[in-house]
Amino acid sequence: MKPFAYAHPGDVAEAVRDVAAEPNAVFLAGGTNLVDHLKLGIATPDLVVDVRTLTSREVTDLPDGGLRLGAASTNSEVAADRRVRERYPVLAQALLAGATGQLRNMATTGGNPLQRTRCVYFGDVTTPCNKREPGSGCSAVGGYTRYLAVLGVPAALPDPTAPETCIATHPSDMAVALAALDAQVQVLGPAGTRTIPFGELHRLVGDDPSTDTTLEHGELITSIDLPPLPAGTRSSYRKVRDRASYAYALVSVAAVVSGDDVRIALGGVAHKPWRATRAEELLRGRPLTDHAVRAAMDAELAGAQPQPGVGGGNGFKIPLAARTVVATLRELTSEATR
Amino acid sequence: MTDLLEPRAIGQSLVRRDGEQKVRGTATYAFETPVEHPAYAHPVQATIARGRVTAMDTAAAQALDGVLAVLTPFTAERLASVEDAEYAVLQSPDVAFRGQLIGVVVAETSEVARQAADAIAVTYAEQPHDSELRTDRPDLYAPEQVNAGHPTDVVDGDVEAAMRSAEVTVDHTYQTQMLHNNPIEPHATVALWEPGADVPLTLWDSTQGVHPDRAAVSEVFGLDEEQVRVVCPYVGGGFGSKGNPHANVMLTTMAARALPGRPVKLALTRQQMFFLTGYRTPTIQRMQLAADHRGRLQAIAIDVVEQTSKVKEFAEQTGVPTRMMYASPNRRSTHRLAPLDVPIPSWMRAPGECPGMFGPEVALDELAVELGIDPVRLRIVNEPEVDPDTGKPWSSRHLVECLRDGAHRFDWDSRGPGRRREGDWFVGCGVASSVYPTMRQATSTATVRHSNGRYTVEIGAADLGTGAWTILPQIAADALDADVADVEVRIGDTRYPTASVAGGSSGTNTWGSAIVQAAREFRGKYGADPRDGDEASGDVDQASPNEDHAAYAFGAQFAEVRVHADTGEIRLPRLLGVFACGRIINPRTARSQLIGGMTMGMSMALHENSVFDTRIGQVANHDLAEYHISVNADVQQIEAHWLDEHDPYVNVMGAKGIGEIGITGTAAAVVNAVHHATGVRVRSLPVTLDKLLPGLP
Repeated sequence: MKPFAYAHPGDVAEAVRDVAAEPNAVFLAGGTNLVDHLKLGIATPDLVVDVRTLTSREVTDLPDGGLRLGAASTNSEVAADRRVRERYPVLAQALLAGATGQLRNMATTGGNPLQRTRCVYFGDVTTPCNKREPGSGCSAVGGYTRYLAVLGVPAALPDPTAPETCIATHPSDMAVALAALDAQVQVLGPAGTRTIPFGELHRLVGDDPSTDTTLEHGELITSIDLPPLPAGTRSSYRKVRDRASYAYALVSVAAVVSGDDVRIALGGVAHKPWRATRAEELLRGRPLTDHAVRAAMDAELAGAQPQPGVGGGNGFKIPLAARTVVATLRELTSEATR
Repeated sequence: MTDLLEPRAIGQSLVRRDGEQKVRGTATYAFETPVEHPAYAHPVQATIARGRVTAMDTAAAQALDGVLAVLTPFTAERLASVEDAEYAVLQSPDVAFRGQLIGVVVAETSEVARQAADAIAVTYAEQPHDSELRTDRPDLYAPEQVNAGHPTDVVDGDVEAAMRSAEVTVDHTYQTQMLHNNPIEPHATVALWEPGADVPLTLWDSTQGVHPDRAAVSEVFGLDEEQVRVVCPYVGGGFGSKGNPHANVMLTTMAARALPGRPVKLALTRQQMFFLTGYRTPTIQRMQLAADHRGRLQAIAIDVVEQTSKVKEFAEQTGVPTRMMYASPNRRSTHRLAPLDVPIPSWMRAPGECPGMFGPEVALDELAVELGIDPVRLRIVNEPEVDPDTGKPWSSRHLVECLRDGAHRFDWDSRGPGRRREGDWFVGCGVASSVYPTMRQATSTATVRHSNGRYTVEIGAADLGTGAWTILPQIAADALDADVADVEVRIGDTRYPTASVAGGSSGTNTWGSAIVQAAREFRGKYGADPRDGDEASGDVDQASPNEDHAAYAFGAQFAEVRVHADTGEIRLPRLLGVFACGRIINPRTARSQLIGGMTMGMSMALHENSVFDTRIGQVANHDLAEYHISVNADVQQIEAHWLDEHDPYVNVMGAKGIGEIGITGTAAAVVNAVHHATGVRVRSLPVTLDKLLPGLP
């Protein structure tokens, strides 16, 4: 734990200026992730800029029929919003599948998608981790991989000493639903505002494990917009975990079915919420039978790479992901025909 | 034979005397003790699993504002006794396991202490370590004895011959996982060293026994016991991990001695607890059963391999319940230890019986399947008339009645042949037996004092949340023939007479016996109409009042599980236990104890798992986000029932002890239910969905 300066500026523009001016500054919203990291020495900022009261806490209707979630709206509030529950059940379900009631009362729309990986080595400063300390190596390869990635990782077993090695997963449930909904992220930065399609907010590891998102330093999420969905759209979120509550996903599935179009996002399997675009293409316009979904998921997962490790590795996630998508779409379509 | 106390207060569901203070938040736990001008300590831990600290640069730490003291192996005081290696903190630069204490910082605030501890640069000479438990290790050894003084190996008859000639055999290996106690209240101590005072050392410590705590600290620091006071009125859970003081208590004391007159506080973080406060060793149990076609056992054998730390031996008595549970002419039980570069294993709720009722109770289920016999019936068929281990008669044994009563309550007979599907879920039921020995510690004393029609009973006992604050007055009231409202019991302070540790489910048995003795002395001396200030004391001076009988509590647990056909997720709609554990002093607190044990057993079956990363020598998932303990949503209904059992041999209360039996057998019942639901036999805990997926359609 390291001392830091704390600022509580008067508006978002000032907050963005404060963070932009200090290379080692961070925004603080609900604090459910950052405060732990401050205590554990995982995050060591010089300046913490509190934005909790600066952005909107409202959920508002957009002219196109969508919804705007203010960045300061809490996970509990969004999950309870009648419009969200009726029009975007996948999001309400994802939010309620995350964390605990106490944490959901604190965690925010802007902060939740930015939480860091739960890889146990990232969370332990006594072990090397390329994400926490670039270039130090990856302790996770061959270690405790149960909650780590099988998609978006190199085909061969990664080299734990290489600086680009990282098999972390993104832990947010909310983000998986937002990926399936093609949400839009509204951002204010030193250079002004911009809109980021949700699928482009998070990044794969590439050659830089330390960076989770495409946000520039000083950029602040001010709201997340949910586009309107065609009439008759059905959606749901299915989270498979080691205990029934308060556990991160082994695999989760966000599914949105609108007419011939099906959108599938997976959680717990990659460095970012994973849109199963190949499976979506194969299923577009086809009846969503168990057989067809299974075949589409097999194609989607063809490049998946199991990670061996202590406690049995994570190869089970590959069949589990396919089975969970099959079960989720079966339930969605059987509801539709009921 | 003892004449049992006539129950008047005993048997009543009195509310917890400490309940209101706990609900209001006014009960002071160790760390919250109001003390003048406290300082805060934060430990420094080794980040290698084996080797030596060659240097510690503390300059940056000492330069921080508010740092009061920094102690390292190179600067710390030399202890009077280092006989117990766990307590030899900062006595040598050698590192025996990752996470070992190698320093402490004391500062004006806990934040500065933590920052300073992080700022200490440690240089090591690292050596290769070995922390992998395997059955083919050449260095496995037989300890001189196993925990609680049991013999390491017991062989009776010829198991191998019976295995060769029997009609049916089972020969499988079962594994229980490494588990960590996680009481809500972490291990915490406030230490005050006042060199000139009559009692120079005071510890407010979260402990399962103030007197055993004092004895250990006194010896380590070369003090007379009278020079040390330990206070602990409330404990936020212990489960065995606070039965012995751990190294953190010695470290806090050492820090306080470096700052005379200043109270020093240290609460371990959740992460630190995974290195420093003991754990249940993983066990590997090879089980052999031989039986005739009616299910009567011809042989039962358990060969256990488990681990200890190299620095201090702890040998879990995993094979012990197999010695006495069922009748069989040929029996064998052995224990072998792998000495590893790992933290020191210790007590966790029902050491021995908890892991030791997993392999045998699953193997019996496998035998029942093999024979096509109902698993309840198989257990009844093998009921022994006397203790197979000692040949002694039972003080009381009602396992068969527990099985029958439980089967009736659970509607066991309707469970069907297996693999029943309801919608997306497979449904199945399983059963297992429970057992725990009835133990009394050899030393405890209580005093009874009269004043103005009221009685004050003092004994240095501990209430870990178990109910001792409430039930000891019930026992005292009946022994004194007084109204329970007129009895005050004071516990949790070494200023009161010596009491044994709250361990081995022996608290009620031991302290209650001492209180009854004191009450009888009191009435013998002063009669029914005492004067103010009249006082008498009574001792327990023997471990068991009756050496001619084998005394155990028994039980039967029934589990219903649902396994999701697509994902393998496991839920527990029902868990039901029936226990025969002597007379119940207070049904309200007893039910909590039994349900608590069953919940912890369910948690062992499905969730808890200290995943040991053998590459670096530490538990990988060392916090409560990643070390999963069962939550309410995992289970729908947990019921605990008990038989009205009268045992005249165990003690004058007729009480057997209930703290641990609830956790024994639970995991086997769940695993057996999972097999019944899915046809998948899991022999390695915990049961997780990845182990079931390959067997699902």
